[in-house]
Amino acid sequence: MGSVSRRRAAAGLALVLLAAAAIGFPVVFSSPVVTNYAIYALIFIAVVTAWNMFSGFSGYISLGQAVFFGSGAYAVGIAARDWHITGVGVFALLPLAAVVGAVIAVPFGLVALRVRRHTFIVITIAVFFIFQLMAYNFSFTGGSVGVSAPFLPWSPTTFNDRFYYLTLGCAVVAVVLAVLVRRARFGLRLRAIRDDEDRARGLGVRTMRVKLAAFVLSATITGLVGGVWFLYLTQVQPPSGFDPLFDLSLVLMAFLGGLGTISGPIIGALIIEPGQLYLTIKYTNGYLSEILLGALFLAIVIFVPRGIVPTTGEWLKRVRTRGQSAIPPASQRAPAATGLRSKEPATSDEGRSRLKRRPEASGKTGRAGEKI
Amino acid sequence: MARQIYQAIVDGILVGGVYALMAVGLTLIFGVLDIINIAQGVLVILGAYLSYSLETRLHVDLFLGLLITIPVMFVIGVFIQWAFIRRLRGRERTSMTLLVTYAVALIIEGILYEIYGPNPKQLTASYVQSSVHVFGFYLPYIYLYGFALALVLIAAIYLLLYRTTFGRSVRATMQDHTAARLIGIEVNRVAALTFGVGVGVTAAGGMLFGATNAFNPNSGYDLISRLLAIIILGGLGSIGGALAASVFMLTLESLVDIWSPEWAIVVFYAALVLVLVIRPTGFFGRQPVRAQ
Repeated sequence: MGSVSRRRAAAGLALVLLAAAAIGFPVVFSSPVVTNYAIYALIFIAVVTAWNMFSGFSGYISLGQAVFFGSGAYAVGIAARDWHITGVGVFALLPLAAVVGAVIAVPFGLVALRVRRHTFIVITIAVFFIFQLMAYNFSFTGGSVGVSAPFLPWSPTTFNDRFYYLTLGCAVVAVVLAVLVRRARFGLRLRAIRDDEDRARGLGVRTMRVKLAAFVLSATITGLVGGVWFLYLTQVQPPSGFDPLFDLSLVLMAFLGGLGTISGPIIGALIIEPGQLYLTIKYTNGYLSEILLGALFLAIVIFVPRGIVPTTGEWLKRVRTRGQSAIPPASQRAPAATGLRSKEPATSDEGRSRLKRRPEASGKTGRAGEKI
Repeated sequence: MARQIYQAIVDGILVGGVYALMAVGLTLIFGVLDIINIAQGVLVILGAYLSYSLETRLHVDLFLGLLITIPVMFVIGVFIQWAFIRRLRGRERTSMTLLVTYAVALIIEGILYEIYGPNPKQLTASYVQSSVHVFGFYLPYIYLYGFALALVLIAAIYLLLYRTTFGRSVRATMQDHTAARLIGIEVNRVAALTFGVGVGVTAAGGMLFGATNAFNPNSGYDLISRLLAIIILGGLGSIGGALAASVFMLTLESLVDIWSPEWAIVVFYAALVLVLVIRPTGFFGRQPVRAQ
């Protein structure tokens, strides 16, 4: 038991240090160029955590998260324009962005969540394109010109710092919500849906209600962050608000870090978003950065197919249990299964026939290899 | 007005043939490998650029050039499957293949930008500009030839699937990978060849697309989302369904286009959402898409 409390203390200390580093960051790095990177990273941490809260936990991979992001941005922009809100007052519109995200998610979810796997993915893409085209075609969205934000009376030196803390707040709220969801019965139901939806339903999980609730929660956060992003960038056009690359970046970040974990998407966002931004700034023609991004995708899928966090967790566990007997006492049986599984040849072709049996085994021992 | 509507229907059917040719590879790959090949859109554009290079550098006729581009694209397809798709196993395979094929699409797109630049190109030939006047309809030759080519190629794929040993092993693999392996079918080889065939057909689709539309390396994204809508609507894995769905969708789009060109594309996706609400398996889906 002593080691558990010691580990808790260490985790608490790490959290405090992390918080101190996050709060002190703009004081140390005051250059707007650096804080710009940090703001984008924080925006993506918040959104990818929100995405993961639905897609990562439930296994329904959505490529339509930009629908909520763009709608949040447009909601703030259009409301500020039509209600003639200027100056700092626009921040009062951020709850509206969250509400708009939630309101859109309800019909979207009711339609899309009826189908699974590939069809779900394609429906989310279709809805995404409908929204992008609507932004182009409606007159109140300003067509291809888009919407501009009202001028904020902040000096250029403090502008980035204030947005840094705002986005930091968003990211913290998203992560705390994700932790709460994951620990709650609600999160357990979501993961039951991911492992076997039909069985979860057989066990009494109201799957549609659970999925829709997670979808709406995820959309609410994303809409809010979309509003913040709009105020920071001060403008939104259909291709930037509803950007297909945005959705794929989210998926990539979550996969790189570890789908369905809490820290994985954060790590993924911290690695990929600054990298992507750096490449686009450095190679302004964008072609080389595209090729590099594609190569990075492939490298991730081939070398860390299950994400950094689960892979490292397994590696640590193998190091820690080295030299212990192969058959563990019954109380530790579940973690030991992890070690065995990781040794399975992922590329061998027999994997396919074994896969069929896998849900049976994981149903009893819990999903092995899972790490927070 | 009635004349306009008839013309729109005829246009829709002809353009639908071109889209069917692009969609058929996608649905075939899905049926056998159970993956969505996001790169298909960019591969169509790659096929168009190959035809473009043959035509401008070597002055090869567009249709004759297919004899070169189809085998080249076949090899590219086999390579993609062998190098990247083959490795993916496990529970996240669906989303992983999505990422991998998207990565392939990004790389191909980047390379096309480096070689050809961002300016839109269009394939030209004597029969691209001219049209024939039949029963009061203006029918561009390229669409007529294209529709004929689409029917021929789709029929060829049908024959390949239903009249040859290879086709039988493809269909066996579609039904049950494990059982197919057990009776001695080399599933990996079938998968690679199918991917090759699916991408190879795309060369023809790309040529027709390039002759009827201006394209640049970025055109693949709009295309892939339309193709996905078509194959989902037709029922994943169904070749006849892909043909029916593309004719249906393109006719619908060209009809709406009479009244409002801006909203015609929205109708495209809205139709998909509506149909799936009523019938989650699409028009011709054999097994329910809902099943996990």
